[in-house]
Amino acid sequence: MPANAFNGRTDYGIGIGLRVPHYAHILEQKPVVGWFEIISENFMGGGGRPLEVLDRILEQYRVVQHGVSLYLGSADRPDREHLRRLKALVKRTRTPWLSDHLCWGSVDGTYTHDLLPMPYTRAAAKHTAAKIRQVRDYLEVPLCVENVSSYAEFHASEMTEWEFLTEVVEQADCGILLDVNNIYVSSKNHGFNPYDYLDGIPHHRVGQMHIAGHTKFEKYLLDTHDHPVLDPVWQLYAHATRRCGVTATLLEWDDRIPSFDEVHDEALKANHFIAGAKAAPKKIAAAHARAS
Amino acid sequence: MPARLDSTRALRAFQRRMKDAVVRPLAAGDRMQRRGRDGRPMAEVAAEFIKPNDRLTAFERLEIYNRMYWFRIIDCFYDDCPGLRAALGERKFARLAVAYLAKHPSRSFTLRNLCSRLEHFIRAEPRWTAPRTALAREIARFEWAQTVAFDEAARPVLGPAELGRAQPARLRLGLQPYVTLLALGHPIDTYVIAVKKRDTLRAEASNAPAATRHAARRHRVPRPRRERIWVAVHRVDNRLYYKRLEAPAFRILAALRDGQTLARAVAAAGRGVTAEQVQGWFALWAELGWLCRRK
Repeated sequence: MPANAFNGRTDYGIGIGLRVPHYAHILEQKPVVGWFEIISENFMGGGGRPLEVLDRILEQYRVVQHGVSLYLGSADRPDREHLRRLKALVKRTRTPWLSDHLCWGSVDGTYTHDLLPMPYTRAAAKHTAAKIRQVRDYLEVPLCVENVSSYAEFHASEMTEWEFLTEVVEQADCGILLDVNNIYVSSKNHGFNPYDYLDGIPHHRVGQMHIAGHTKFEKYLLDTHDHPVLDPVWQLYAHATRRCGVTATLLEWDDRIPSFDEVHDEALKANHFIAGAKAAPKKIAAAHARAS
Repeated sequence: MPARLDSTRALRAFQRRMKDAVVRPLAAGDRMQRRGRDGRPMAEVAAEFIKPNDRLTAFERLEIYNRMYWFRIIDCFYDDCPGLRAALGERKFARLAVAYLAKHPSRSFTLRNLCSRLEHFIRAEPRWTAPRTALAREIARFEWAQTVAFDEAARPVLGPAELGRAQPARLRLGLQPYVTLLALGHPIDTYVIAVKKRDTLRAEASNAPAATRHAARRHRVPRPRRERIWVAVHRVDNRLYYKRLEAPAFRILAALRDGQTLARAVAAAGRGVTAEQVQGWFALWAELGWLCRRK
């Protein structure tokens, strides 16, 4: 839904990631942008240029925090220092919601700095949901979890990825950051129908969407965020918005970053694909009312 | 590894197994090693917990994560240590990177801290940098100081007026956490500046890659000769700076940093320093915002 409990009842529209190569352009030209998504970890150092830039951005723009290292699925307990710094940043940005990934990436205090896929088991879902509740209660801000791209499946899994996602968010009572590109990448890598994924999740919990480009290798797709969004992903995005409603949408472009205008124009293409959902908002609202 | 992942304990065992495989150094050609640390074939290890598909074996799927880990972490290491890379040369630097990261994988949620123990590692295992270990240690300290100066927190500044009212025998000043004092045996500051300048020129010439690579080989930055220097790595208006210090000034600042009273710190400057000199230094440090209250 455009505004729900999982995105702080906001209606932010289309945004882009705040990235270093664009700082000067944004600060000098002050382009009109719906909102910026920041990578939380880039602004948790305590001082210096990152926070100076952030404060200047906050004077002009709406900012939403997206994290890459909470590792909500790791067996480890949340890192207290990480949470303390994250909460300070939440207070600074007044982000209406915060997101991180449904994955693991650290164990016994060693960090891989990767978004590693979960084994889709009931025990893992229960553990992850409990950790999400703990983090959200500490941070006092709505939390959305993002599905990751993956390149491996595990023997131990007891359910599909979308069943696991559903199990986690229902138990945690949290939102979903639906990454449509990640669904597409994983569907090709694992041979499932991405539309089954989209149809199988609790749509009323989707608080935000991600779109991005990926790279096709001979035997698998890699989530590289260094290309424009590919057509099948746009089609999937259109389907997702018809299912979930027009939701805050963010284009991720993290490598080989082109000019600000090129990135922004690519993000705004989303308007073309959400027309179908905008035409039928009452129908979607009624479906959500039934679901929730 | 447990047969069923039906508890957090079992999940932890699973994650340990996968982490060990992911962080294991790559073999030649950036491929995953054929055998694990215990000597078991990695194909067998991977097949225990990863499913193959119609295009990739379990080994190959695990290898994607193994390669991504090392590419990401090495990239970060290269970004943070351009001076060390230039001083050691490409092959030696790459071997140091793998040895360091294998011994000290990241223990922080942020990659910012990746090189925090590099100088310690170089000291403990000099074989990776010999015969230039002393130089390598100094560059590692200097480049870590840059990371600190970039985004470490600042404390409230003490201005000249507050300093003027203070009782020197009792006052203990702090030094901003983002300021690092370094006593070095080589002019690392000018060396790092030269390396950065060369790398910038190389990046700007990126539309002619073949010619640029050739140029890069020819324009090697000469390694610094031995020379005693005292330098502060710091920031002003959120820009990074290196400031050379006179030895007595360095001693005063180091004493303040270490918790000495103002009077003892000034005494640490040694003989031959005039009151005017000390006043001038403090005025400058106050202006730069280096002096703050102790935590």
